[in-house]
Amino acid sequence: MDIDLITNILFAMVRTGTPLLLVALGELVCEKSGVLNLGQEGMMLMGAMAGFAIAFTTGNLWFGVAAGIAVGMLMSLLFGFLALNLNANQVASGLALTIFGAGLSAYIGSDFVGKPLTGMEAWVIPVLSDIPLIGKALFAQDPLVYLSFILFGAVFIFIYHSRPGLILKAVGESPDSAVAVGLSVIRVRYLAVMFGGAMAGLGGAYLSLAYTPLWSDNMTAGRGWIALALVVFASWRVGRVLLGAYLFGAASILHLVMQGLGVSVSSNLLATLPYMATIIVLVLLSSNQARIKLFAPMSLGKPFHKTQ
Amino acid sequence: MSLSIQRRAEESRVMSYCSPLLALVLTLITGALLFWVQGESPLGGLYTFFILPVADLYGLSELGVKAAPILLCATGLAICYRANVWNIGAEGQLLMGALIGSWAALNFLETTSSWALPLVLLTGAFAGMAWGAIPALLKNHFNTNEILTTIMLNYIALNLLLFGVHGPLKDPAGFNFPESALFTEGITLPVLMEGYRLHLGALFALLAVAVIWVVLSRTFIGFQIRVLGLDSSAAHYAGFREKKLVLLVLLFSGGMAGLAGVSEVTGPIGQLVPTVSPGYGYSAIIVAFLGRLHPVGILLASLLMALVYMGSEMGQIEMGLPLALGGLFQGVLLFYLLACDFLILYRIRWQRADTNAVASEA
Repeated sequence: MDIDLITNILFAMVRTGTPLLLVALGELVCEKSGVLNLGQEGMMLMGAMAGFAIAFTTGNLWFGVAAGIAVGMLMSLLFGFLALNLNANQVASGLALTIFGAGLSAYIGSDFVGKPLTGMEAWVIPVLSDIPLIGKALFAQDPLVYLSFILFGAVFIFIYHSRPGLILKAVGESPDSAVAVGLSVIRVRYLAVMFGGAMAGLGGAYLSLAYTPLWSDNMTAGRGWIALALVVFASWRVGRVLLGAYLFGAASILHLVMQGLGVSVSSNLLATLPYMATIIVLVLLSSNQARIKLFAPMSLGKPFHKTQ
Repeated sequence: MSLSIQRRAEESRVMSYCSPLLALVLTLITGALLFWVQGESPLGGLYTFFILPVADLYGLSELGVKAAPILLCATGLAICYRANVWNIGAEGQLLMGALIGSWAALNFLETTSSWALPLVLLTGAFAGMAWGAIPALLKNHFNTNEILTTIMLNYIALNLLLFGVHGPLKDPAGFNFPESALFTEGITLPVLMEGYRLHLGALFALLAVAVIWVVLSRTFIGFQIRVLGLDSSAAHYAGFREKKLVLLVLLFSGGMAGLAGVSEVTGPIGQLVPTVSPGYGYSAIIVAFLGRLHPVGILLASLLMALVYMGSEMGQIEMGLPLALGGLFQGVLLFYLLACDFLILYRIRWQRADTNAVASEA
């Protein structure tokens, strides 16, 4: 392998990992509050569809980005209402959100299938992008990739070095003690769920505005679910989410590597790789139950009943 | 006067039956509003969607054609969910049944033996079982979450199916279309009535409903499954072999979905195509919930879901609405169902403002 190939692989790895990173960061914050939202795939689809539709109609990609975020948040409110207000089963509510999002995005998006859109262009930073190997991957990307770096840093500081982050973790670990010290569990959880929705919407918009500027039904192809697995992979730690997202990005672009090495395998078989990688990673990480117990928020997935 | 919400002392049986009906009514109202927004007559839209598709005998037989695979998948899912095993993988298990079943069928194109068809069906069912066994073994031995593994296996199965129709199973005389050769009559499921497409697969589905009814209500295995679902520590304490039960429900579920898949390719479709399933395996999840995991409930719910599929086709033909309207209705229905289930545990009452309302946090 020559150095150009490696440079290009690193570049594609970051690009492909970006939507996973965005969605997984959102789900991480959501799960830290004790809420398991399996609706990421549905919110992502809605974000991708809304982002494309608004960008196509207005001719402004940034309006599309904003629309993706807004729609993701709106969708998350539906989940919040079911899971937090009505105490519905979180697993079932998340599944409902995904099924609903797939249906609604395909319905509204049917007018936009096959429409052309000029996608987001790269902002090449001079000098820095010329650094060998990593320069292109880190400094010749589109603005949403840079935004994902910033959001990663922000979530990292928020979780580990801020008071609101402490509150979030307190609510996720022990909602009853959080109430005892005067915190509103439902409000904190709503905010966490909405942040998850915004990030899923942004991740979806990244796909339809920058990664492959088009809209087609179910175009997220399970990335929302892979992001959920990433949070388990990261054992609820922020730094590992970044690592995992780029590793999965690498698994998804293995066909580029194969081509570079002159190997020809059916594209359909190569397409199974990220999903197989997800299963293998889950197997490797889940078998150690003690480890999962150590890092997973204690109240994850359990509905909160205010004791009277 | 104000609304107050009270937690019930125990779950309301009446509301658990009424909640699906209430959800259906709310979905119909939402549908009417949607037609109105589209500039169609709301009642006309509902008529086109829910009555017109089954207005004649042919329509009714088509309802059975569509309901059969959904019902087969839903019987398996209902057993899984009773045991608190969150199998989301009926779609992948169905696709594997169709793929491997088609491979078997293509090996029997020349044969005249009457054993060929049963063998093809068994192969499909076994393929589904094998696909269902994967998440069961991973859950039992590696503690992996079955929701994520079954979802991933759905995507893998779809890509394997695409590999099959684009590669080894492609019809050599098919002008390079991604389709297998057409199956011969000997390996095609017989239709139940001449001139209609309703085939033997519908009977398989009814048989599956009867089987889970007997198993759940009359056998010790069924009792163990229910206890495991309600309280896994109780099941453990009672000495039930939890891992064996998890494997059993996923094998059964996979087998039913695999049978659904192979019945589609040997039944109404007659060959392997990339679009074997318009999402039957996902619709079956809604059917299982809507039918309250009860055999009769899922039978009725699968007919409703089949009607939604036919209605969206009719809406496309008659009113030019996007086909995806059906998927939207399914999602809306599931949302309303989960919301209405609130009424099983809580009651809403009108109360005078001056009384001390024991309003609990909703």
